[in-house]
Amino acid sequence: MRRAAAIPRPAEQRDTGLDDAELRERLAYTWGRRPGIIGWLSTVDHKEIGRRYIITAFVFLALGGLLAAIIRLQLARPESHVVGPDLYNQIFTTHGSNMMFLFAVPVMQAFSLYLVPLMVGTRNIAFGRLGAYSYWMFLAGGVFLWVSFILDIGPDVGWFAYVPLSGPQYGIGKRPDVWAQMITFTEVASMAAAVQTIVTVFKHRAPGMKLTEMPLFVWAMLVTAFMIIFAMPAVMVASTSLILDRLVGTHFFNPAEGGSALLFQHLFWFFGHPEVYIIFIPGTGMVSAIIETFARRPVFGHIAVIISLVATGMLAFGLWVHHMFATGLPEIGASFFTIMSMTIAIPSGLQMFCWLVTLFTGTPVIRTPLLFVFGFFFIFVLGGMTGIMVASIPIDLQVHDTFFVVAHFHYVLIGGAVFPLIGATYYWFPKITGRMMNERLGVWNFWLAFIGFNVAFFPMHILGILGMPRRVYTYQHDVGWDGLNLTSSIGAFILATSFGLFFFNMWRSARGGAPAGRNPWGAGTLEWLAESPPLPHNFDHIPVVTHATPLWAERESLPIVSGISVNRREIVVTTLIEARPEVRESSPDSSIWPLIAAIATTIAFIASIFSPWAVVWGGALIGVALIGWFWPKTIREDLE
Amino acid sequence: MIRRMAWMFLLSGALAGCRDWQSAANHAGAEAERIWSLTLLFTIVLGLIWLAVMIAVVLVIRRRRAAPVSAHDALIDDAGHRRNSQIVGSLLAATAITVAILTVLSFITQRPLFAGRASTAGIRLIGHQWWWEVRYDGATPAEMFTTANELHIPVGTRIRLSLESNDVIHSFWVPSLAGKQDLIPGHNNSIELLAQRPGVYRGQCAEFCGLQHAHMGLLVIAEAPDAFEKWQAAQRAAAQTPQDGDPAKGAGVFVSKPCALCHTIRGTSAGGTFGPDLTHLGSRAYIGADVLPLTPGSLAAWIADPHSVKPGVNMPPVQLQGDELNAVTAYLIGLK
Amino acid sequence: MKTRVVTDVSSLPTYGFGTSASTWWGTLGFCAIEGTGFALAIGMYLFLAFSNPHWPLGFSRPVHWPGTALTLLLLLSIIPNVIVERAAHEEDLPRVRWLLVLMTAIGLVAIAIRFVEFYMLIPRWDSNAYGSIVWLLLGLHATHLITDVGDSAVLTALMFTKHGRAKRLADVSDNAFYWYFVVGAWLPIYYLVYWFPIL
Repeated sequence: MRRAAAIPRPAEQRDTGLDDAELRERLAYTWGRRPGIIGWLSTVDHKEIGRRYIITAFVFLALGGLLAAIIRLQLARPESHVVGPDLYNQIFTTHGSNMMFLFAVPVMQAFSLYLVPLMVGTRNIAFGRLGAYSYWMFLAGGVFLWVSFILDIGPDVGWFAYVPLSGPQYGIGKRPDVWAQMITFTEVASMAAAVQTIVTVFKHRAPGMKLTEMPLFVWAMLVTAFMIIFAMPAVMVASTSLILDRLVGTHFFNPAEGGSALLFQHLFWFFGHPEVYIIFIPGTGMVSAIIETFARRPVFGHIAVIISLVATGMLAFGLWVHHMFATGLPEIGASFFTIMSMTIAIPSGLQMFCWLVTLFTGTPVIRTPLLFVFGFFFIFVLGGMTGIMVASIPIDLQVHDTFFVVAHFHYVLIGGAVFPLIGATYYWFPKITGRMMNERLGVWNFWLAFIGFNVAFFPMHILGILGMPRRVYTYQHDVGWDGLNLTSSIGAFILATSFGLFFFNMWRSARGGAPAGRNPWGAGTLEWLAESPPLPHNFDHIPVVTHATPLWAERESLPIVSGISVNRREIVVTTLIEARPEVRESSPDSSIWPLIAAIATTIAFIASIFSPWAVVWGGALIGVALIGWFWPKTIREDLE
Repeated sequence: MIRRMAWMFLLSGALAGCRDWQSAANHAGAEAERIWSLTLLFTIVLGLIWLAVMIAVVLVIRRRRAAPVSAHDALIDDAGHRRNSQIVGSLLAATAITVAILTVLSFITQRPLFAGRASTAGIRLIGHQWWWEVRYDGATPAEMFTTANELHIPVGTRIRLSLESNDVIHSFWVPSLAGKQDLIPGHNNSIELLAQRPGVYRGQCAEFCGLQHAHMGLLVIAEAPDAFEKWQAAQRAAAQTPQDGDPAKGAGVFVSKPCALCHTIRGTSAGGTFGPDLTHLGSRAYIGADVLPLTPGSLAAWIADPHSVKPGVNMPPVQLQGDELNAVTAYLIGLK
Repeated sequence: MKTRVVTDVSSLPTYGFGTSASTWWGTLGFCAIEGTGFALAIGMYLFLAFSNPHWPLGFSRPVHWPGTALTLLLLLSIIPNVIVERAAHEEDLPRVRWLLVLMTAIGLVAIAIRFVEFYMLIPRWDSNAYGSIVWLLLGLHATHLITDVGDSAVLTALMFTKHGRAKRLADVSDNAFYWYFVVGAWLPIYYLVYWFPIL
């Protein structure tokens, strides 16, 4: 507590009786980070960590996009030699793994880390230090994958890494281990962030914000966090068992010794299918937020949308076998998964109808974020339709593992998550940076993305029907795929241009965009109550919430809470359902230990693909770091 | 617009004379035909639904409205809530009904697919990195024979293939005849083919299987029953032993060089089982799992340096003199 | 925007126990994650058992005595665990101290028994898939035993320093909560490893 020594203050100072300027200055000081590089590395502020997370995830998006560009160059012509098979296999594996584990899931969690505390009206995410640890683990996992790729030991077994191809007998060198351990890094990061989101939403909501009246984006992130908790352990079990098979000679997946190659697929897809919804559900949360603001009315059927989110999250765990229809499963079992896969269309439809009614009965103001929502409707609904096709066993047996499926999931993921994400970036950019993004560039950005995407991916449906399998590094001239592949490649480059424009717009607007003010869009949820960008403590006063869109409901004056400390980090803990205040809990101070713990974990994880003993000494190393993390620094910290 | 462009490309491709011998749309098998009908039906129904949603979106965008009200007023004014709930409810019911109907149609179509699984297979298809071993069963050893990368079947007869793998997972897929089925080590799978008209249909491994996954093709030749019988009789025979000239010299080179360690030529001492059986190589249309058409030139190029044709293939380059290469090529081409 | 105070929270306590503490929910979240991990490992065991014609793949079931001893010890440990949780709640520091010492000791004995279990296992992890999955189950649970005992030891040390008060007592109660999870997760594994039928 060096700060306390530098500026003597009374032991306990509450926010009652301070004038606005002093209150703000004191709170910003208490919640701000320490100066210097150590301060930068020690911060536990959800906004700083969220921003780093978002920027890092966008860097991985750009890198993964470069790989996609190489893929499309290679496939533009038959029998082409832009890259050879070995490099191509590393490229498509790294592209897929990067986009799923280093971009799509983290970027959604990053928005959650940044926005959820603001939207529920609290001052930091729960367990701020865990958030810092999560970010460093994510960064380490990403760097690990990319450095491996540059050193020519990038994984080359596909993002699904099926055994035996990735197993001890056929997986080359350490390439599959790099894949498996990158999973561990990113899953640890994701699960930590998921626990933070859940606790923040459950316990740190502003007084009065009932669970049912939370913004839909917060609901989406809550459902996502639960899905992460129940889905991600599966892929960790799969990847850990794979490393054990490869490193110490276990036989989980070796049929010659009683293991099973299909076991790996079950474990992988038990994670892999919910994963798609872990990416898509935050996208729907973003769509709800944007539609609400730009239609200038609350989303029609608030409760119906919540039910739909929860139902989607639960059904998503009953779909995994539809990735395995070609493995020869018994009819009854496979058919069950057809029914489940078809059923999930119902909650998705429900959300769609609620949005349309909202727009129809509202008075939509068409700005870039809403344009991207329209793009989402066009693309995602088409992807949903092809999703119903692949749920049918006979159709799937034809199109499974072909470019039809490549088209399908890019429609679902880019349409369902990336379009909303870009819209959301245009929407929340003013909150994060204090400046508006350029609207004219935004419109260009949208049309290039929309046209480029469809030109790139629509032809792939036809390519799949024409028999083009996935994951081929080239194809012969005599199968009739040339024209469509060339078209697709042209579209891919238009799409890439749109991303270039997007990044350029962000970079330029961050420096010279029009100042935004608190609430440039006239939105109704709490994040727009904070300054843009928010001060370290988010809100000068913790609001008391009376309505799902508090800023629309309370026009004259805002009800607030008083009695919170200003010279130590204190938040209000409220009850689960009704959000009645329960406890004034202290919120973690800045600490360098999460970084140290992340470094220790990184050393242990990387070493353990070379030696099983690394688990033992690495575990001890992590243990020491964790003791440092949790050991109280001063007696004052306890008193407070 | 984009869709039209795509279809135009498709059409122009077809008109340019490309062979759509690997297309699910160009069905020639009973299973592929059933699936294609179902696919078309799904495409039309779902396409119309998609179109309806898009029209709704356009209507929403273009609807004329009174001057924008403040969002605060929208909170209070909730006229029409009941009607809107009814609209959402009916749309939801319509979704559920559509989905249920499509599910039932899908189940009806899948019945024959699962029906014959128990029957015994007459042909074993074994996946290797990166080629297909095809074993024809028979009542006596003399009736059995092995070939590679080319599957002959009689038209109009149900043929069950057992699908096995000795290394990694592969997937057997000949779109014109049927959907795909995986070849998984330690797991017994099978698939049924019923070719309705004679023709040559191309297939390709559909499960990523490593470096040369892209070059693991296979041809299915469906022919009239008598033609098939003739082919089968020819395949059952051992290789002819050439008497003179290059082919005879080539036969000698083949068994004295490493070739014989990996390849079998029935009727000679070459009995390796690591690579494809070459007993009747000359009768096949392609080499290298459908990488190159079989010609003396391409075969010589393949033997001289398989890795320049198919990088990473498991066949090592064999050191041969120029005349030895010519002789081996002549010998193998002659194995009809 | 103008504000009006409608709620004053200055009289609320600064730490809470159970569901009113953030940490309790965090612990519950990690229990859910790890519980899913256990469930999946159990699923793997069942998948392998039912996809092989004979189980346990040529081995006989391991001798159950060390496992049974561990089970009894873990079940008995629930009693002091309940008491320590209550003592923490009552902020009775002396009792918390010696009960934590007891719990740490119990944990160390449990770890020792786990090593005996490993030692007495006939199949090794690399013998066949049966050996692999048994080692995985016992190993997964062993990491939880070790983690919890480590946590208890650190907390015990903390209680003998000036930090042994207030909010740290809530941490003691969370630690006790986690121990229930460690005990609960063991029971299905114990059944699978030592009593699951020979197929």
